[in-house]
Amino acid sequence: MIRIKNLTKIYPGAEIPAVDNLNLEIGEGETCVLVGPSGCGKTTTLKMINKLIIPTEGTILIDGENVLKVDPIELRRNIGYVIQEIGLFPHMTIFENIATVSNELNWPKDKIKDRVYELMELMDLDPEIYRNRRPSDLSGGQRQRVGVARAMAANPPVMLMDEPFGAVDPITRGRLQDEFLNLQEKLKKTIIFVTHDINEALKMGTKIAVMRGGKLVQYTSPDGLLAQPENEFVEDLIGGDSTLKRLHLVLAKEVMKNPLYVARDSDSIADIKAKIGDKPKSKIYVTDSENTLMGYLPYAQLKREGSINSLIQPVKAKIADYTRLSEALSEMLSVGNSMICVVDDDNNFKGVISLQDILDTAKSESEIHS
Amino acid sequence: MGFIEFLFTRNQMVLRLLLEHIWLVLFAIIIAIIVGVFLGLISAYYPIISKIILPFTQITMTVPSIALMGILIPLVGIGMINAIICLVVYSLLSIVRNTYTGIKEIPEEYIEAARGMGMTKRWILFKIKLPLALPVIIAGVRTSIVMIIGIGAIMSYIGVGGLGDLIFRGIARTSRNMILTGAIFVSILSIVTDFFFGKLENYFVKKTS
Repeated sequence: MIRIKNLTKIYPGAEIPAVDNLNLEIGEGETCVLVGPSGCGKTTTLKMINKLIIPTEGTILIDGENVLKVDPIELRRNIGYVIQEIGLFPHMTIFENIATVSNELNWPKDKIKDRVYELMELMDLDPEIYRNRRPSDLSGGQRQRVGVARAMAANPPVMLMDEPFGAVDPITRGRLQDEFLNLQEKLKKTIIFVTHDINEALKMGTKIAVMRGGKLVQYTSPDGLLAQPENEFVEDLIGGDSTLKRLHLVLAKEVMKNPLYVARDSDSIADIKAKIGDKPKSKIYVTDSENTLMGYLPYAQLKREGSINSLIQPVKAKIADYTRLSEALSEMLSVGNSMICVVDDDNNFKGVISLQDILDTAKSESEIHS
Repeated sequence: MGFIEFLFTRNQMVLRLLLEHIWLVLFAIIIAIIVGVFLGLISAYYPIISKIILPFTQITMTVPSIALMGILIPLVGIGMINAIICLVVYSLLSIVRNTYTGIKEIPEEYIEAARGMGMTKRWILFKIKLPLALPVIIAGVRTSIVMIIGIGAIMSYIGVGGLGDLIFRGIARTSRNMILTGAIFVSILSIVTDFFFGKLENYFVKKTS
C-alpha cells in the first residue's frame, strides 16, 4: 500500500508549488490514475515516489516504509518505471533493454534469459524473432510493450507509468490498454498511472485522482467520478457524454443474459418445437456439442421438417465477452439488431445482450448514484 | 629524374618515413583520446570546470604550431616529447568539445529511464552515456587525427622524422620530387584515415539510433 501524506514540492525559484499538500492512499493491487491538464503536478507526484524528484515537504510510505529514507538505487529497483517509448535505450537490443535491471541485480545468465523470454512471450513478442532487434526496428506499439516488459523484469510489486501509451496511434493505444488490463487482472500490481486523457483514466483506473494546480480535486472510482463530479472543473474534464462513458466502464459479460432458447446442432425441428411449446417466438441460437456458437434459426423456418443443419444462418451481431457495453451498443447500431450474442475467445456461446438490457444498465447506474 | 622514377628508387625511405609518421600520429592521438575524453566528461558533469576547460582548449588552438614548439623547447627540449605534446594539445579541442556535446545532447528521457530503473551513476556513464555519445566522440577524433597528420609534418623540424622530412629536405635542396612525395603521402594518409573514421562513425551512428 502506498500512502502519500501532505506532499508538497516547490521548485527552486518558483512561487507556486508544483504539488500542494497532496494526500492519497493507494491500496494494494489498485490502479490509481493521476489525471489533469499539463502542469497540474501529476508527473511531479509520480517522480517523487521513486525519488527522481525530492519533495519539499511531506512523506511517502510504501508498505509503511518512508521512501525518503530508502537508498534511491535500492528503491528504484523495486519499482517498475515506464515512460513514453523514447525511454528505450537505442544502442541496446530488445533483449538487453529488458534485461537491464536484472543485469544490475547480478542475476545468473540463465535466470535473466528465462525471465526475458517469459516477458517477451507475455508481451506477444516472439523472442527468437525480436531478441536481437533494436528499438528502431520495432513499431510504436511493440516498443511500448518492450517498455512495459522492461519495467516488469525484476517483478516489482509497484509500477509507475507516465503516459505509457501516449506516443502511439489511437487504435494501437486501445489495443495496448486492453492487453495491459488483461495482464493486470492476472498480476495485480499496485500501479500509479499518469495521463492527461480522461478516457484513458476511466478505462485503466480502479481509482482516479483528478489534479489541478498541484492540488487534488477529487479522488474516487471511475464510476463515482462520472456519477458525482465534485465541481465544474471535473465536469468539464469528463465532457458531456457521461452516461455513454459509464457504459464504457461495464463489460459485456457483466450484463449478458442466458438466451431464451439454445438448440444443439444435432436436434431435429420436432425437438426444438417441443422445447419451445407456446413460449414467445424469437430466434433460436444453435451450438454444437462443445458449446461453440454455430448460428441461429429464424422462428419461421420451424415449419419445415427434419434436420436443422442446412437451415442455420450465421450470426452477424457477435461480440467478445470482455467488450465494453458502449462498444456493444455501437455494434448493435451498426448491424441493426436489437440483440447481440456474446462469445468468449474460443467462440463459446456465453449469452446475449438486448437493447433493453443496455437501457436498464444505464438507468440503474444513474439510480445508484442519485 | 621523373617523379615516378624517384618514387621507385626511394621507396624504402618513403615507406620508413610514412611508418614513422603513422606511429607519431597514432601515439599522440591515443594520449589525446585518453586525456580529451576524460576532460570532456569532467566538463559535462561539472559545469564550473567546463567554463575553464572549454575556453582553454580553444585558446591553445590559436597558438601557431611552430610557436608552441618553440615555447616547449626550454621545457622539454627538441624531439619526440615536444612533438607529442604539441600534437596532443592540437587534438584536444575537438575531442574535449565533442565528448562534452555528445554527453550533453543525449535526450533527457534515456537518462531518466536509466535513473528510474535504479541504475547507479557509474552504470549510467558506461552503459548509457558513453555508448550513446560514441559517434560524436569519434567524429571529434576524426577531425583531430586528420588535422595532426598535417601538423605532424611540421614536427620534422624538431627531428622526429616522418613525412615532413621529405618536405623540409626537398625545400633545402630545391628538389621538387621530394616535396611532392612528402605532400602527396601526407594527403593520402589524411584521406585514408578520414575515410576509415567516417566508416567507423557511420557504424556507431547506426548502432545508436
